[in-house]
Amino acid sequence: MTGTDRLFLAISWAIGLCCVVFLMLPIVITVAASFTSSSVYTLPPPEWSLRWYRSLQERSGLWEAVTLSLNLAVVSTAISLVLGTLAAVAVARGRFRGREAIATFTVSPLMMPGLVVGVALLQFFREIGLRDAYWSLLLGHIVITLPFVMRTLLASMSAFDFSLVDAARTLGLSYPKAILKVLVPNLAPAYLTGGLFAFLASMDNYPISIFLTDARNKTLPIKMLQYLEEQPDPSLAAMSSGLILMAVIALVVGARTVGLNRMIQG
Amino acid sequence: MRRLEHIGLLALPGLTFLAVIFALPLFMLLLKSFQIDGQFSLEEYRLFFTDEYNMSVLWRTLRVAALTTIVALLIAYPTAIAMSRANGIWLSIFLVAMVLPMSVGVVVKAFAWSIIFRTRGVLNDILMSLGIVDTPIRMLFTETALIIGAANVFLPFMVLPIYAVLRQMDTRLPEAAASLGATPVFRFFNVTLPLSLPGVVAGCAFVFSLAVSMYVIPSLIVGERQQTLSMLTARSFLYLRNEALGATISSILLIIAISVVLGSSWLANRLGARS
Repeated sequence: MTGTDRLFLAISWAIGLCCVVFLMLPIVITVAASFTSSSVYTLPPPEWSLRWYRSLQERSGLWEAVTLSLNLAVVSTAISLVLGTLAAVAVARGRFRGREAIATFTVSPLMMPGLVVGVALLQFFREIGLRDAYWSLLLGHIVITLPFVMRTLLASMSAFDFSLVDAARTLGLSYPKAILKVLVPNLAPAYLTGGLFAFLASMDNYPISIFLTDARNKTLPIKMLQYLEEQPDPSLAAMSSGLILMAVIALVVGARTVGLNRMIQG
Repeated sequence: MRRLEHIGLLALPGLTFLAVIFALPLFMLLLKSFQIDGQFSLEEYRLFFTDEYNMSVLWRTLRVAALTTIVALLIAYPTAIAMSRANGIWLSIFLVAMVLPMSVGVVVKAFAWSIIFRTRGVLNDILMSLGIVDTPIRMLFTETALIIGAANVFLPFMVLPIYAVLRQMDTRLPEAAASLGATPVFRFFNVTLPLSLPGVVAGCAFVFSLAVSMYVIPSLIVGERQQTLSMLTARSFLYLRNEALGATISSILLIIAISVVLGSSWLANRLGARS
């Protein structure tokens, strides 16, 4: 290594460490701001307090929004895992033309502007006469979660040795049973990471949900933006910290079971 | 092997779902934007592109997305280099710094940046206590604040593809070039950079398309005063009830997104064919 090499590397490290700080900044600021005793955002807070966490109980509609968001995230992720498994098996195992195109198509909602998908769904559901907000939201959220599941499942299924499934079949298991007993446990890491990211994407979605809600069915991000307009006190930082805690738990579970390095491949 | 042909049928439920609930609605949206009363017409587009205000919004959207991509790339490339050389605890720190912010929602992060940039906010407090400025400066509602916030939110999508390529790169290649007498600068521009280009293209495509269509970040950081295409779309649907305008703008966003996807995969193919 020459001196110039070392200089290059040192600069890269310096920028890299600044990047780490920059990335963590909004998370740290939000958590710190949520423990303030004051009613404005000042850092460091004049005094530490749990005041804004207690005030969450008085926020009208918050609990309903949280349960609706959790409901949508769990149900849409579960449906996506089923649809995704079937499609990924077909692409990884099938010997027909256009498999590449199927793979691209199932991941493509990730590359489409969320807001545009929301507008398109709004008009489409109106055209076919679907008026129920919960069902509209659920269908929309499956479009959000499916690509996340597909991306990880496709990657790990193409690396999976399918002769194991054949071996299980020779030993007398039916095809669906062989898939369930051999393939699914082997791909557990992919299910976990795909499922986690899908769940979090659904919990966080705003641009699609905003077009599909009605007055009674408001998801958490929609409710939070509404609070922000009406009454932007630090209780919003407390809500955000709750969501951050959820992300930290997801990260710890993911890192413990599949490892951080595998979480980013997919 | 007839069974293996039938396996293709397993893809049908998922494909049918996406065809009906994703592709068809987008197609109908696109179709509708080219029609007035069932007749083919470009009138809506003519109205959009001749309106000075709409054009200023279009340019702002493209400019902000391009600048966000450039800022993200400038931070991400060195970071990816450091990351590809990191091991053990340092690698874990880098990975956590990528994955944790990706798992935290955009709403939370955009809200955090609006606290940071507020006139009586975190950044102004710091600048004033350090004596850099005497009076709080206006940061929220500026384009610079928007670009910083957006670059922050989309950074992991730039770092990770570049990191993935650099990590797989054969480290002996630059070493071989060095042993043949290539200078570090020459090696970077002729070995490392060309080999990492597929990652750069993927990252730029991802960040640009996310930034063109972002909605939550600009509405929290710049507000209604400086509209972007997404905000204009949402406004025309949710407040103005001008659905024709909304359909046209969302079709433009859709066309931009599709061109970015096609353009980047064409570029990636060319790069792949060359190396």
